[in-house]
Amino acid sequence: MTQLLSFIKKEFFHIFRDPRTMLILFGIPIAQLLIFGTVIKSEIRDVHIAIYDQSKDVTTQEITNKLLSSGYFILDKNLENTNDIDAIFRKGKVKEVVVFGSNFSEKLTKEGKADVQLIADASDPNTARLVVSYTSGIINDYVKKMHPNLEMPLQIQSEVRMYFNEEMKSAYMFVPGVMALILMLISAMMTSISITREKELGTMEILLVSPLKPGQIIIGKVLPYLLLSIANAFVIVLIGNLVFGVPISGSFILLMLETILFIMMALCLGILISTAAKNQMTAMFISMVGLMLPTIILSGFIFPIKNMPEVLQWLSHIMPARYFITIVRGIMLKGVGILFVWKETLILIGMTLFFIVLSVKKFKIRLE
Amino acid sequence: MIEISQISKSYEDVQALKEITLQVNEGELFGLIGPDGAGKTTLMRILMTLLLPDTGEAKMNGFDVIKDFKKIRHIVGYMPGRFSLYQDLSVEENLNFFATVFGTTVEKNYDLIRDIYYQIEPFKTRRAGKLSGGMKQKLALSCALIHKPKILVLDEPTTGVDAVSRKEFWEMLKKLQKKEITILVSTPYMDEATLCDRVALIQKGKILDVDSPRRITEKFPRKIIRARSDEMYRLINDLRAFKKAESVFAFGQYAHFTGIEDNVETTELDIYLEKLNHKNVLVEEIPPGIEDVFMSMQEQAVSSE
Repeated sequence: MTQLLSFIKKEFFHIFRDPRTMLILFGIPIAQLLIFGTVIKSEIRDVHIAIYDQSKDVTTQEITNKLLSSGYFILDKNLENTNDIDAIFRKGKVKEVVVFGSNFSEKLTKEGKADVQLIADASDPNTARLVVSYTSGIINDYVKKMHPNLEMPLQIQSEVRMYFNEEMKSAYMFVPGVMALILMLISAMMTSISITREKELGTMEILLVSPLKPGQIIIGKVLPYLLLSIANAFVIVLIGNLVFGVPISGSFILLMLETILFIMMALCLGILISTAAKNQMTAMFISMVGLMLPTIILSGFIFPIKNMPEVLQWLSHIMPARYFITIVRGIMLKGVGILFVWKETLILIGMTLFFIVLSVKKFKIRLE
Repeated sequence: MIEISQISKSYEDVQALKEITLQVNEGELFGLIGPDGAGKTTLMRILMTLLLPDTGEAKMNGFDVIKDFKKIRHIVGYMPGRFSLYQDLSVEENLNFFATVFGTTVEKNYDLIRDIYYQIEPFKTRRAGKLSGGMKQKLALSCALIHKPKILVLDEPTTGVDAVSRKEFWEMLKKLQKKEITILVSTPYMDEATLCDRVALIQKGKILDVDSPRRITEKFPRKIIRARSDEMYRLINDLRAFKKAESVFAFGQYAHFTGIEDNVETTELDIYLEKLNHKNVLVEEIPPGIEDVFMSMQEQAVSSE
């Protein structure tokens, strides 16, 4: 026991004395969270638009005001002719041009029909789609309020409600994803690197010759990272809650237990990598390419699994992060209990056991 | 204490050890002498239970290196060729760590390492990575000794260490020997061979000879003449061109010359070299050293292949 304790102490010395390790452990998670939080967006804000108003009457003026006061749009320029549209898009700042047809309000009241053209910069299709739908929403809303009597024949009004994420906030989507990503990165990469470093520096040779048992070496390596990863998970949930307003609807304790399970799984994976990798570079490469990228792409973190080609859908089944993200979304957003995520939990437990057995078996008690 | 019989070991494309048989007695300071790539490290790693031999068996203090590896790991101290301590831990932390790993404390066995450790104790809060080469070796030795091993195995402990530290290091080994520790040490430096009780000359995975350093040189039948001049490179070439020359090797500032059937006199060489305009010529007969023996054995081994 004292052997194990002094091993763990030594491991903490390594971690706290290496600025790079500290940066990966504590700098990257927070940076990643904040970056993903502000970059991956399905909502828009302060989009630059231009308006080409051919009628310049009361109605178009009011619609323009409505658009600009919504908080989604900023007016960049009032255009005077159609040629300007092309020019202003090329500059890149303006994402949408709203063109009002001539005699707008007159046509609207007399014929019950008026022309608005929305031209969007679709070099970023996602934004373009969002911008257009926000704009048309505002315009329709205005028209309906101003002319309640304006009955369009046989109209079906669909009222949409976004359950569990009423405001369609993207933070709800990325916080569980970033959590999976960071925990995977720290747990798997850091343990695999720290074991291969001992191999590279030759200290493993001495550890092997010592009476330390493989189990003690593995636990000694894993425990410090387990504690640090739990601290990290805690910070992520906290930032998600305080900065991005992601709720924790379900049980916080269940969330933490599931997180610990996921961390254990990643740590065992890290040990497994270290038994295969000869040096730190290889370990890092395997963790980055083999774990990080699939975690980002195949786990449903960014791209919905159902939209993937069938082969990739099938592949996503072996991504542990997929199950973890489902669990976290369930607990944090839907507030479900263990009864609704027991299948995913079992899969994670199974994976953890599998990796433990494999890595203990593969751990070499000799140099080759 | 260490019994090695018929050990062979191959890596993918080279045979590192060829049927090595060797015995080290209890309390002995035994040297494995050989150039880089001779198989010294491989042999030591097999003894340290870090590698498995292909064939043959070895026993450390009666324990088999394959079956009883766990028992061996309690009674040996090992210092690998590379500095293998934690560079980011301080001197003191390293020592404490290895003491606890071996289930002991620094205080318990302080006696054993006192002579070595007191020299680095003033720097005990310094990180091991910031120590000088000589100090690193002393720390590594302290760490290898802290659990009072019965057998101490040192892989090229003096490589890359300055001359003064090397001398000190060997003095320490001599002292440890008196504390009933069997020591197996490897070195590429022939001059260190004379400090061992017995040595094994090893080359390309084969043992050339095992004996005390003095007897190894005594047994050597050849006459060695050493020569020096201002132009060493030309001197060696000229000596090799001498009609009665058998072998000529550069040994530091001198060239060691062996004549065919040992019937070359120093005066003959004097005259020959003066004719070739060599300045400051010195030619004298010397007793053979381990290195001469080694070189000649190596020649024989190559020619007999």
